[in-house]
Amino acid sequence: MYGKGLRPLSLITAASFALTLAAVFFWAPNDAYLGFLQKIFYVHVPLAILTLVGFVAGGLMAIAHLRTRDRRWDMRSYVAIHISLIFGVATLITGSIWARGAWGHWWVWNDPTLVSFLLVMLLYATYQPLRFAIEDPERQARYASVFAITAGAFVPINFIIVRLAPGYVHPRTLGNINGNLPGRMQVVFYLAMVSAALLWFTLWRFELTAKHVAAQMRHLRGLLGEDADPAPVRRSAAPSLTHAGNVG
Amino acid sequence: MAPLPLHTAGPYVAAAYIAFFVIVLVYVAIMAAKLVRSEQALSELTEQVKRGRQGRAGEEDGR
Repeated sequence: MYGKGLRPLSLITAASFALTLAAVFFWAPNDAYLGFLQKIFYVHVPLAILTLVGFVAGGLMAIAHLRTRDRRWDMRSYVAIHISLIFGVATLITGSIWARGAWGHWWVWNDPTLVSFLLVMLLYATYQPLRFAIEDPERQARYASVFAITAGAFVPINFIIVRLAPGYVHPRTLGNINGNLPGRMQVVFYLAMVSAALLWFTLWRFELTAKHVAAQMRHLRGLLGEDADPAPVRRSAAPSLTHAGNVG
Repeated sequence: MAPLPLHTAGPYVAAAYIAFFVIVLVYVAIMAAKLVRSEQALSELTEQVKRGRQGRAGEEDGR
């Protein structure tokens, strides 16, 4: 049961977000260099980190799919990548707004951090069309898993290369030179990280539950004999859990 | 360089947070619409099961 515990999880996520927002605007000090504008940091950076972690998690779930041949792992991987793409879009938008305020430009093409993140996003933007292009559900799941693993391996390699890059405009968040946050800012940042992680996990569970319910419904229709003259299965990028073993 | 004053930085901060919440809200709204569709399908299936049961009961009474 994917929906089990979803309500308390949602409430904890909402409470955590309320606490984070209060801490960001009423407790964390203003940055000496960027002033109030730095508040965007607490939404932009956790989203960026969760996007990349989500892509890697999607790759790990895809490994589990290929190892076990259990289509539920393909579904989990698909939903993880889907949620991470949404987080990625939010990262790009909040980042652009911050860049406009801080640097006077919506986008800077000569910064490796920005361009590499865009490359990762463009790579994952091909995931859904790839799935949609393959009609056979078994092949679709297999090929999508191979893609998720390959792209998931590219994410940390890309991250390390960018960290080693000598010339950048984008600041480092943790570690490296001048990247460490002072006291209260660091506490609020970790709080924001926990909230964003909770949101990612809640949305992942929410979408998995919705997809699982839809699959159960299709299965139930089949059991009730509606498929005596079945309508052709609509082509979809989303995984189909139509087998009884996967639905239950 | 002096930090941006609040009246200049404020709209950027507001825009970033609003953009984030709008994205999450749109996603939740789409998922809610799908949930409504699932609920309707479930109602149809329940009706179908009820009709099937009534039909079977009628056949048994006829015998």
